[in-house]
Amino acid sequence: MNIWVVMLLGGLLTFGMRLSFIYLFGRFEIPESIRRALRFVPPAVLSAIILPQLFMPSGYLDFSLANHRWLAGFVAVMVAGRTKNTLLTILAGMVALLILQLVF
Amino acid sequence: MDQKKRSFWAGVRAEFPLLIGVFPFGLIYGTLALKSGLSPVAAQMMSSIVFAGSSQFIAAQLIHDVAPGIVIVLTIAIINLRHMLYSASIAPYFKDLSPRWKGLLAYLLTDEAYAATIIHFEQEGLTSTSHLFFLGAGFSLWFTWQISSALGILLGTAIPANWPLDFALPLTFIAMVMPVLTDQPIIASAFSAGLVALLAYNLPFKLGLILAALVGISIGMLLERRK
Repeated sequence: MNIWVVMLLGGLLTFGMRLSFIYLFGRFEIPESIRRALRFVPPAVLSAIILPQLFMPSGYLDFSLANHRWLAGFVAVMVAGRTKNTLLTILAGMVALLILQLVF
Repeated sequence: MDQKKRSFWAGVRAEFPLLIGVFPFGLIYGTLALKSGLSPVAAQMMSSIVFAGSSQFIAAQLIHDVAPGIVIVLTIAIINLRHMLYSASIAPYFKDLSPRWKGLLAYLLTDEAYAATIIHFEQEGLTSTSHLFFLGAGFSLWFTWQISSALGILLGTAIPANWPLDFALPLTFIAMVMPVLTDQPIIASAFSAGLVALLAYNLPFKLGLILAALVGISIGMLLERRK
């Protein structure tokens, strides 16, 4: 699929969801089960993207110390947990990766 | 200054603290979108066509991984499902507007615009200028997002190609996910999704990602119901 089609469809779906209840006001309510499911969506999707990036940088599972990405990712997790600061987390992870690549 | 202008600028002021947080986020998006293989024009257009930060980062990651278009579209949709909640929550304050106003404000309904306005609406109730307050908040965020994306794209062209900058994407996601891991069901949901993503990584069409998200969401809901 062409990248422009992907963006257009993604944008239309996003706009449709934003408009949904504003447009339908009074005619329809969100079911309780969906309301509860929604808060799990971001952490589930993000984790599903993060873990393969850290543990499968070459396409196969690699838990060894030669895989610098999960080590640097671990540093980022610690910094994120402590500071809740996006920029600091990215900086710490990048610096950790660069140091690991330089030293080993 | 009349009430309409006052309301608009009050919306801008309410949004302002969030703009400071969004600006570096847009810079990072612009830089990374370019490194993922998007053209500068496409990277910038995504900021106005999709206009939803986290889904743009994820789309950039999937484009970098050469995922099929349909998987990227589905993933954007899943990530942005939460906007239906905002839509439902804010709908009573927009009920008397024309379809054109509803469309415009829906386009501007982001996490940050919602967060900055809903508390104000709940305190003040519905007034004749509520929509202008929202327009001020939503438009200032839109403007900031466009400018910061553009600067990020400019910055991206200046950074050497061999830097491992692609790693900044998972790092950004780590920074997004860590603060929300606050209770047991949500931690279990994140872990199980991550585990399934590893095990199902080699499924065709990146379907492992969607499978992992569905398993994670189900496990989170099951654990929550048991409590």
